[in-house]
Amino acid sequence: MIWDEKNECMAPERRTQLQVERLRRTVKWVSERVPHYHKALKEAGIAAQDIKSLDDLRALPFTTKDDLRDNYPFGLFAVPLEEVVRIHASSGTTGKPTVVGYTREDIELWAQTIARTIGCGGGTPKDVMQVAYGYGLFTGGLGLHYGGEKMGCTVVPTSAGNSKRQVMLMQDFGCTILACTPSYSLYLAEVAEDMGVDIKSLRLRVGLFGAEPWTDSMRNEIEARLDIIAIDIYGLSEVIGPGVASECEEKHGLHVFEDHFIPEVINPATGEVLPDGQEGELVFTSVTKKAFPVLRYRTRDLSKLMREPCPCGRTLIRMARITGRTDDMIVVRGTNVFPSQIETVLMEVEETAPHYRLIVDKRGALDELTVEIEVNERIFSDAVRHLEELEHKIQRELEAVLGITAVIKLVEPRSIQRSEGKAQRVIDKRKTQ
Amino acid sequence: MNTVRQLSVFLENRSGRLAEVFNKLAEEQINVRAMCVADTSEFGILRLIVPDTKRSAAVLRDAGFAVGESQVFAAEVPDKPGGMAGVLKVLAEDAINVEYAYAYGPVEGTGKAVILFRVPDEILETTAKAFANANIRTLSEQELMSL
Repeated sequence: MIWDEKNECMAPERRTQLQVERLRRTVKWVSERVPHYHKALKEAGIAAQDIKSLDDLRALPFTTKDDLRDNYPFGLFAVPLEEVVRIHASSGTTGKPTVVGYTREDIELWAQTIARTIGCGGGTPKDVMQVAYGYGLFTGGLGLHYGGEKMGCTVVPTSAGNSKRQVMLMQDFGCTILACTPSYSLYLAEVAEDMGVDIKSLRLRVGLFGAEPWTDSMRNEIEARLDIIAIDIYGLSEVIGPGVASECEEKHGLHVFEDHFIPEVINPATGEVLPDGQEGELVFTSVTKKAFPVLRYRTRDLSKLMREPCPCGRTLIRMARITGRTDDMIVVRGTNVFPSQIETVLMEVEETAPHYRLIVDKRGALDELTVEIEVNERIFSDAVRHLEELEHKIQRELEAVLGITAVIKLVEPRSIQRSEGKAQRVIDKRKTQ
Repeated sequence: MNTVRQLSVFLENRSGRLAEVFNKLAEEQINVRAMCVADTSEFGILRLIVPDTKRSAAVLRDAGFAVGESQVFAAEVPDKPGGMAGVLKVLAEDAINVEYAYAYGPVEGTGKAVILFRVPDEILETTAKAFANANIRTLSEQELMSL
C-alpha cells in the first residue's frame, strides 16, 4: 500500500517547488543556528535567499563525516539540547561515535518515512512486524519500531540476538513482516531448520532488509529459503536512520523520500554533480529536519539516480542498490567498521600501531571479522599467557569501540604485505557486491 | 648467579614454520643445544638454547622472526627416580613459581641430568639462593655449552 499518496505520488514539478522552499528554509535555519554551517555558507558565498532552484544546491558546501567528528558530540545540533528528545549514535572513524539528534517533530517525520518504507514493501496496518534490528543507540531498531507503530502494525520488538526465541515467537505470534539485516534472516532460517521449524510454512510474507550491502543473488536465496518477498531498505543515521529510501514491490531501484532528503550523485574525486544514470557517490540534503539537518552530506556509498516512472505509481526518484564504497569502511553484521577505529585501539593498547589487517569472511550466514596483528619485539613476550592476555585485551577494547566481537590473530613479523601507497588494510572475502 | 640465556621465537601455527627456523640456523652453522615448543591453538613459542645467543638472535631477526631473550637456570638433577621431584620440592618450599621447565638430558658418566627452569624475572635471585641452599648446582652458560 502507498502510505502517503499525496507526497509519494505528487507531480514532480509540484514536488520540486516544495523542495526548493524547504531547502531555502533549511539553509536559513542552519546558517542562523549552527556555527559550522554559518561559516561554511559564508565561505561559499551563498545565503538562503540566493536559492531559487534545485540547481543552486551545487553551490552549497559539502558536509562529511569528519565534520561530524570535529563537532562531536552536539556541535552540529540546530536546536538547544533541551529540545532534543532522542540521541542516536553510530560508528565514527576513530574512537568516538557519530552522534545525531531528533526533536519531537523529527521523530514524527522519521516514523512517517518508515511507514512509507513498510508500505513500499507491501506492508499494511494488519501486519505483525518482528523488528530484529538492534535496539539502542543504533537507529535500526527504534527506527523500524516507531514507523511500525505509526503504520499501525503489531510491532514485536525482539531486537537482534536470542535467535531460537526469535524463531519461536515468529511462529507463535504469526509474524508477517521481518525487519533485520539480510544475513540475519538467513541465519534465522538456519536456526529454524535446526529447531525443526519449517520457516516456509510460517506466515512470514515480507522482509525489510538493510544496514549492510547485499546482492541480488543473496535476495534470491532469502526469498527461496524463507518464501517471502525481500525488500532493500536504505538509510544512514547522519541523514535520519533507515527511512531515506526503499524498494517497492517492483524491486527495481529504491524510491528516495526526496521531499525530505534531496539526493545527488557526485564524482567522488572532483565533487562534480553527475547526471541521472551515472554512478558516483550519493549525497543527501535533509530539508525538513530540525535538530540535525545536513547539507550535501557525502555518504561514501556508490549508486546512481533513475528518474523513469515506476509502475508502482510513486513519482519519487529512485536510486540503484548500493554497489560499493568510496572509502575503506566495511559492514560487519550490520555494524559499520572503519579500519581507522582499529588503528585507534591498537595505538592505545601498544602505543605504536603495529602492522595489522582486517579479514572479513562469512562463518555460515553471519559475518566474521578477524584482526591480524603482526607480532613485533615490543609486544612479544616469552610467556604464552602474556600473549593471550594481549589478544584478549585487544578484543575487549575493540568490542568497546566497534560494538562487535572480532577474532584477534597474532601473526609473524612481515607476514602482512607492505604497499607503496595506501595500505591494503581490508581483505573482504565475502561476495557482497 | 648462574643463568643461561634462552631465545624465544614467535611462530604462527602453520606448517613449515619450525622447519624454517631450523633451516636458517643450519645455514649459519648454529648448533642448537636444547629446545622446546609451547603451543596454543593459534600460535607457538619456540625456546632455544644456542652457543652464540647474540648471533643466533640476529640471524633469526634478519630472517623476519620476532625474537626475545630471557634467562633460565640449568640445574643439575640426580638422574634417578625422584631426582626431579626433589628439586621441585625445594622450589615449592620457597613458593617459587616455575613457569616452565624442559630437559637438556643426562650428562654421561655423571649420574646427573640437566634441566632448564624458567621463573619470573622478579625472583631470579631468590631462586638462585634456593638452589644454592639446597646444594643444587646450576651450570654457567659456558659449562652448558661445553657438555
